[in-house]
Amino acid sequence: MNTAVEFCQTSRCFGDVRAVDQVSLKIAEGEFFSMLGPSGSGKTTCLRLIAGFEQPDDGHVIIHGRDATGLPPYQRNVNTVFQDYALFPHMNVLDNIAYGLMVKGVNKKERQHRAAEALDMVALGQYGQRKPAQLSGGQRQRIALARALVNRPRVLLLDEPLGALDLKLREQMQGELKRLQRQLGITFVFVTHDQTEALSMSDRVAVFNQGRIEQLDSPRNLYNQPQTAFVAGFVGSSNVLHGALAQQLSGKSAALAIRPEYISIRHSGSAVPSDTASTELINLPGVIKDVQYQGSNTRIEVELEPGVSIAASEANSLLSNHTARLPGQSVQVSWSRQAMVSLRDNASV
Amino acid sequence: MHSDQHASVWLKCAAWGGLVFLHFPIVIIAMYAFNTEESAFSFPPKGFTLHWFSVAFGRADVLESIGLSLKIASLATAIAMVLGTLAAAAMYRRSFFGKDSITLMLILPIALPGIITGLALLQAFQAMDIQPGILTIVVGHATFCVVIVYNNVVARFRRTSGSLIEASMDLGADGWQTFRYILLPNLGTAMLAGGMLAFALSFDELIVTTFTAGHEKPLPIWLLNQLTRPRDVPVTNVVALMVMLATMVPVFLAYLLTKGGDDVAGSGK
Amino acid sequence: MTSRSSLPAADNSPVFTPPSGLLYRAADRLYRRPNLLLALLLLPPLLWFGSVYIASLLALLWQGLYTFDDFTMLVNHTLTLENYARLFDPANFDIILRTLLMALAVSAFSAILAFPVAYYMARYASGRIKAFFYLAVMLPMWTSYIVKAYAWTLLLAQEGVSQWFVHLLGLTPLLDALLALPGVGGNTLSTSSLGRFLVFTYIWLPFMILPIQASLERLPPSLLQASSDLGATPFKTFRHVILPLSVPGIAAGSIFTFSLTLGDYIVPQLVGPPGLFLGSMVYVQQGSIGNMPMAAAFTLVPIVLIAIYLSIVKRMGAFDAL
Repeated sequence: MNTAVEFCQTSRCFGDVRAVDQVSLKIAEGEFFSMLGPSGSGKTTCLRLIAGFEQPDDGHVIIHGRDATGLPPYQRNVNTVFQDYALFPHMNVLDNIAYGLMVKGVNKKERQHRAAEALDMVALGQYGQRKPAQLSGGQRQRIALARALVNRPRVLLLDEPLGALDLKLREQMQGELKRLQRQLGITFVFVTHDQTEALSMSDRVAVFNQGRIEQLDSPRNLYNQPQTAFVAGFVGSSNVLHGALAQQLSGKSAALAIRPEYISIRHSGSAVPSDTASTELINLPGVIKDVQYQGSNTRIEVELEPGVSIAASEANSLLSNHTARLPGQSVQVSWSRQAMVSLRDNASV
Repeated sequence: MHSDQHASVWLKCAAWGGLVFLHFPIVIIAMYAFNTEESAFSFPPKGFTLHWFSVAFGRADVLESIGLSLKIASLATAIAMVLGTLAAAAMYRRSFFGKDSITLMLILPIALPGIITGLALLQAFQAMDIQPGILTIVVGHATFCVVIVYNNVVARFRRTSGSLIEASMDLGADGWQTFRYILLPNLGTAMLAGGMLAFALSFDELIVTTFTAGHEKPLPIWLLNQLTRPRDVPVTNVVALMVMLATMVPVFLAYLLTKGGDDVAGSGK
Repeated sequence: MTSRSSLPAADNSPVFTPPSGLLYRAADRLYRRPNLLLALLLLPPLLWFGSVYIASLLALLWQGLYTFDDFTMLVNHTLTLENYARLFDPANFDIILRTLLMALAVSAFSAILAFPVAYYMARYASGRIKAFFYLAVMLPMWTSYIVKAYAWTLLLAQEGVSQWFVHLLGLTPLLDALLALPGVGGNTLSTSSLGRFLVFTYIWLPFMILPIQASLERLPPSLLQASSDLGATPFKTFRHVILPLSVPGIAAGSIFTFSLTLGDYIVPQLVGPPGLFLGSMVYVQQGSIGNMPMAAAFTLVPIVLIAIYLSIVKRMGAFDAL
């Protein structure tokens, strides 16, 4: 498969801050690629480096095999959907969409035709004459998408495009974006701080922290095999165990991550489940510190030894007894050895 | 910070009283323009007439002064719009060495008393052997009008989201196309509003003008000279009313052009 | 989104081939060299201000060092500090003091008058009323200075409007008592310092209202709710929360009232007792006497006073409220 975008040891600094710090990555053609991270982690700067709004201080940005370092945005066949949509307020929707074609000198008839087509594609055909201010947030988002796609870019950059939408609309748009990407076969580079969004839509995800990529992997691997404490904590939630306890459990000095939903809790004294070989199962005594009802599940915090707690998550059902778990109860926590992931030593906590 | 409670009677009185105070003299001027009496300031007026309007418009010196003031204000506004917009385009976003000094330099002509600007220009013109006249008045006016246009345009620049410019370039427009299709249409009303305010400011400026006018008599100077001539009071009243309207109309238009934004024109002079 | 997709496959070229027009090349070069663009944008305004304004201003202050010969009434280019030293002559110092006191008094009184208007605008008025207030403050601010000054000569004239009102309200004895006060009084309103003070306050008042209103507008309502939630009475909220937070606005407004009063020479000429003001002194020195060096020296006074004033109000946060 061909490489659509490649970063080679690329850095971008703002004053003393290394917003992007020697990042290398390859995005394959036709891939739905996400850049995930907290604000200030460098993901948006990476996107802007691809778009050409920023130029690297060091290293290269290669787009479809050609070194794009130094090229201004208007000479790159890459288009962006902006976080605030950046629709031109003085133009109607059709003129907004046709803008890219107009400045490239496409004749009027063709650009009107193609703009109308793009508008149909986002199912807003009847809104062509409206001004952006007369549209809802979701509609503006689609117009921004149509305005970028009408130029037939080889790479589409999306800068937190769903951030301003409410939850329901966001979920709907996630599905539509994914479908559109499959249909058009365009490379999507999607920046987000929302891990659910990244996991549900992407082929691969790069997790950013402090200007560097912590881990670049498929969503499944990212969740089940986090390599660093940062990834374990940022993608879903994790218990990270350090020091003597980790040494005792795994025989290695590296920290360990365990997902709360892989931990089960029994009342002390009840029998060990017989279906699992006891060597494959970790068993530790503890005391419940806190119980939080969270809708679909209940989060239970258990203190294993003074100062060391672990969180477990139990799925709720109609039959669950809401008084079964109470603070102060002595319990046994257990999990499968397979559920433990060793983290890299250099992991930032 | 709107309060659901109602303002106390005292506050209401003080607020509305303040407005009355601001407008009372203006109303009086308007009223005296229709006064039948020829030379008195006495109040209340004895009768109503439009006679003085026809007298005023029949006087060559009045018409000449109006024409001169219009010409000066138009020229000064044109220069100020070009210089103010350029400065705003340079200053709105990036910070660079000396930026604060340039801001200060732009504000200085209206921050320092007009008498300093006036005197400075006068002695510079004298030193260069330039005869005071329309040209020197325009130069002076343009200098203090730049900041008016600058303020309006720079506010619009800041409000126009930076991502609009990026979006345009992202879609393939080069700098020139972005300027023409995106920046100019978005800045248009702010430039126009700034121009209107500059026009109003230039039209009635007196202090700098007295130093740079030489023998020319723009409207404010004509008015000032009239104050020492009690015989002409009715005509003076009519001209005063017209000057007032001539400055209010562009200011009002500037307000209409920019209302609803954060950068409503005219909030600073 | 419909399932129909009519978008053809992506273009093959990774980059857009630039056209070769002159305009395009120029724009492209400017985009790639933002400093050049900045320089080109700044060049015309800098040239204008540098050659017309700054140069004149410096030349003016330099003029203050020239010698004026009282006999021949001519200026010669012998450099001297005498003009600047003469600013401290008792007569000249009187002028400076008189002007300074007036500027301070006008600023203080404007703030008192402006505050309720600004407070009402920011806190209670909304929608149409607010727009009305805004215009009603803005329009007098921009209307012709000379017309406003002229209006007051009519108002304050003998048998003019103010006298008529004072008489109507039966306040004549009070007015007479005020006019009899030394320092502020005079024969009539139009020849008293009180009259001049009123005119100044009137003319510069809008410059005070708008910055105060803007600074009050920025107060988050939650702050006031927090204050009353913590048990403060409305008066205490006003005294301890609103007033301190509006100080930057008042300071910003006072820059205008102070500076504009300091340099004015038209109003003192039209209203008030004889006795020169700073502005009038500059005007007289230059115009009637032709002593440009002394006039130039006098212009240094407002510049210095304003610089001092700015450095004081800057500490009060005035610049953030401008």
